[in-house]
Amino acid sequence: MANVRPKVDAVIVGLGWCGSLMAEELTRAGLNVVAIERGPWFETSTDFPPSVDTDELRWDTRRSMLLPPAIETTTFRNNRSQTALPTRDWSLNELGYNVGGSGTHWAGMAWRFLPFDFEPYSYTLKRYGKQQLTDGLIVQDWGVTYDDLEPFYDRFEKIAGVSGKAGVLNGKQVEGGNIFEGSRKNEFPLPPLATTRLTDLFTEGSKKLGLHPFMVPAGQASQAYTNPLGVRMGPCTYCGYCLYYGCGNFSKSSPNACVIPALMQRSNFTVLTDSAVLRATLAEDGKTATGVTYLDRNRKEWHQPADIVIFSAFQMQNVRLLLLSKIGKPYDPASRSGVVGRAYSFQTVSGANLFFEDEQLNQYIGAGALSVQVDDYNGDNFDHRGKGFIGGAGILVVARGARPIGNADAVPPGTPRWGSDWKKAYTHAFQNGTFIFNQGTSFSHDECYLDLDPEYKDANGDPLIRVTFDYNENDRRMARFTEDKAVEIGKAMGAKIVNGFDSAATNYGPYLPASDHTIGGAVMGTDPKTSVLNRYQQSWDVHNVFVLGASSFPNNAGYNPTSTIAALSLWTAKAIIEQYLSKRGPLVEVSA
Amino acid sequence: MQRREFLSSALALAAASTLPAARAEVVSGGQPWEPGQANLPALPAPRQGGLAYFTQAEFDTAGALADRLIPADELSIGGKEAGCATFIDRQLAGDYGRGATLYRLGRFVKGTPEQGTQSPLTPAERWRKGLVAIDAYCQKTFSKTFVQLDGAQQDELLRGMESGKLELGSEVETRELFEQILANVREGFFADPIYGGNKDMASWKMIGFPGARYDFRDVIGKKGQKLTIIPTSLIDNTL
Repeated sequence: MANVRPKVDAVIVGLGWCGSLMAEELTRAGLNVVAIERGPWFETSTDFPPSVDTDELRWDTRRSMLLPPAIETTTFRNNRSQTALPTRDWSLNELGYNVGGSGTHWAGMAWRFLPFDFEPYSYTLKRYGKQQLTDGLIVQDWGVTYDDLEPFYDRFEKIAGVSGKAGVLNGKQVEGGNIFEGSRKNEFPLPPLATTRLTDLFTEGSKKLGLHPFMVPAGQASQAYTNPLGVRMGPCTYCGYCLYYGCGNFSKSSPNACVIPALMQRSNFTVLTDSAVLRATLAEDGKTATGVTYLDRNRKEWHQPADIVIFSAFQMQNVRLLLLSKIGKPYDPASRSGVVGRAYSFQTVSGANLFFEDEQLNQYIGAGALSVQVDDYNGDNFDHRGKGFIGGAGILVVARGARPIGNADAVPPGTPRWGSDWKKAYTHAFQNGTFIFNQGTSFSHDECYLDLDPEYKDANGDPLIRVTFDYNENDRRMARFTEDKAVEIGKAMGAKIVNGFDSAATNYGPYLPASDHTIGGAVMGTDPKTSVLNRYQQSWDVHNVFVLGASSFPNNAGYNPTSTIAALSLWTAKAIIEQYLSKRGPLVEVSA
Repeated sequence: MQRREFLSSALALAAASTLPAARAEVVSGGQPWEPGQANLPALPAPRQGGLAYFTQAEFDTAGALADRLIPADELSIGGKEAGCATFIDRQLAGDYGRGATLYRLGRFVKGTPEQGTQSPLTPAERWRKGLVAIDAYCQKTFSKTFVQLDGAQQDELLRGMESGKLELGSEVETRELFEQILANVREGFFADPIYGGNKDMASWKMIGFPGARYDFRDVIGKKGQKLTIIPTSLIDNTL
C-alpha cells in the first residue's frame, strides 16, 4: 500500500468521550497515540460560541452536528421475513460527526447504572428464578460489576464536572439523592442544578404518591469548576441550548470542553480529522491487528500501523467495523450461533403527555439534564413477582429548553395541526404542555441483531449495517406497567389532561420518537460463545483490539449510557496500561 | 474546517476525483484555532431583487399555502407576511433543498410505514413537482390555480392532502408533500429571522419565546411567573 503513516503504539478510531478518555490515559502513560476522527475539528470558540449556538433551525431541526445519513446510515426491518430498506432521512440514530463525537451534542444526563444492570441474570435467578424470563430473551451478566466500576465512574464525574446529589454514600442513604443508586465513595463534584416550576411540580406530585424524587446527575456545571486535568468550566446559564447543540459557555461536559484541551498539549498525541476508518488490518495468522485502513477527506486510502487498535466509534459503527474487519464470528439468528451483531437492543420508552390549565412553566429556560426523576420503578428496585417481566424505567420530567419549531406538535390531542385553532392551542401549550418520560431498560432477543446489509452500501462501496429489531414481550410488558405509573404521577402533578403513551405498543421504527440509546452487538461477557469482548472490552479473538462504547452493553439500563461507557473506557485503559502492555495477549483465559 | 464544507464534500462524493488531492487534516501540538474564524450558518445569497429557487408563481403559491396554515388573526401576522415563502425559497436553494444529508443511494423501493420515506425526490424537487400537481388538481376541479381559490376551498384542499384522501398523481405522494409543506412553513414562521421568515420575531412574541438569549440565571428563580422577555435574534447578535 502506497500511503503508510509512521507506526504508533495505539490507534483510536473515533474521538468522542470513549476515544478522548482513552487517549488521555494512554498518552499520560507515555504511549504514542493517533486518533482518527471521521468528522471535522470542532471547538467552542469557533463552532458554537453563544452568537452561533442559539439557532434551532440549524442545530436541532437540520441536525447540523450529526452524521448525515448521506455519509452513513443503516437499513432497517422489523423481522427476518421483511426486506430491510435504508433509513434515508434523520432518524433516532443520532451519531456524532466531529471531534468530540456525540459527546458534543448530548443532553448531559450523567448516570451510573444500577448494580442490577450489570448482573441481570444473576439477580433475576436469585430473586425470581428462571421462569421470570420470557422466551428468547437475552439476559446475561457483563463480567464486570458496579463495584468494579465505581472508582471509574468517580473519575469520570470529576473529569466531566457532574452536578448532582449522592443518595447512597459509603452504604448510607442520604436525604435528597437517589436512594436506589449503587453505593458511592464520594459526593458529586458539584451540587445539583437549580430547580424549575416543572421539576417542583413533579417532586411534589411524586412525593404525594410515596415515591422518591431526586435531581438527575447533570453534565452541566452548576458552578465554576476546574477538573483534574486542569480544564476550567463556567457555570451553566440555563439557556436550554444543549441537546443537538454545542455549549458556548464551557458549561456542558463534553470531550471538547473537558478533555481535548489538555490532550492537544501532549506531543505524543495526534488526531487525523475528516478521515473515515474502513477496517482494521489483521496479521496473517488473524490473531492480531496490524493497524487500520482509512480514507482521508479526498478519499485517498492510507494505512496507520499500530500495536493496539481501539474502536471507539458509535455503537453501530463499532459493530460494522468488526464485521468489515472480519473480527469475531458474525451472529447467525437461524442457528443462534456467532456473536458479532448479537444482543442488539435499544431503549423501551413510554410515558405521559401533560397539559395544565393555567401554568407558566417557562420551559425555554433549562438545561439538557435539568431533570427530576423517580427510580422506584427502575431496574430491580421493585418486586417483579407475577408481573411477567424484568427491568423497569427511570420516570422523569426534563426542563431541557423548549424550542418553537420542535414543540409545534406538542398540543392536546384532537387539536388541528394548522390554522388559527392550532395557533391558539400551541400558544397555550408552549407554557402549559410537558411530558413525563419513562426511559426504560431493554433486553435483546434472539431474533434482534445487526449484520451487514446484502444490498445497500455507503459511498465507499462498503455494506451498511442492517438492523433487524422489534420490541419483545418482556419490554412491552415493562412499558405498559411504567406507562400507568407515569399517568398516576401526571395526575398527582395536577395536569388537566394526562395522556399515556407507549412506544412499544406498536412496531419499532427508526422515525418514531423514543430514544437514541442503541446498544449491544459487540457485547462484553464471560463466555466467548455469547460475547465478543471479555470483561476488559478486549476482543476474544484478536487480543490487541479493544472496543469501547454502548456496543459492549448486553442489555440497556433505564438510564442514559454516557457515564457507563466513559467508566468502562477508563476501566479498559487501566487494564491496557497495567496488564496488557506487559502481557500482549488475552487478559482473560478461556477454559477449553 | 467549516461545517458547510462537509456538506459540499458529501455532495461531491460521487465526483470526488475532481477534488484537489490534499492530505487529511493532521492536528497535533495544540488546538488548530485561527483568529477571526466563526462557523456561521450557510445562507444562500438571494439573486438581486429576486428569488433563489422558486419561480414567481411558485413563490406566490407557497405564500398562499403559508397563509392558510398560519393565518393572520388576533395572535399574529400570517405566514405570508411573516416571510415563510422567502424562507422556503432560500432553504430549497441550499443544502436542505438539495437533500445533501439524505441517503440517496441504491434502489428506491416502497417499504413498510416503519421504514419511512423511500422517495427519490429531494425537498426542492418535491416542492416543485408538488406545486405543479396542486395547481393541476385545482385547474381540473375549479378551473383556477390554488392562489385563485377562496380560503375555504384552499383549506378543504389542504385537509384532503393532510388525510391523504386527495390524489395528486403518480409523481407525488400526497401525505409526504403535505408534511413537507407544513414542516417548512412552520420552520419559516418559527426559525430565527436571519433565515428570511419570522418577520419582527412575530412567532416568538406570539408564544413568548425569547429567541437567541443565552443566560437566564437572573430569572430562573421566578418560578411559575409570567416573564415578559423581549426576544432577540441572531441578526441582533451581529452575526
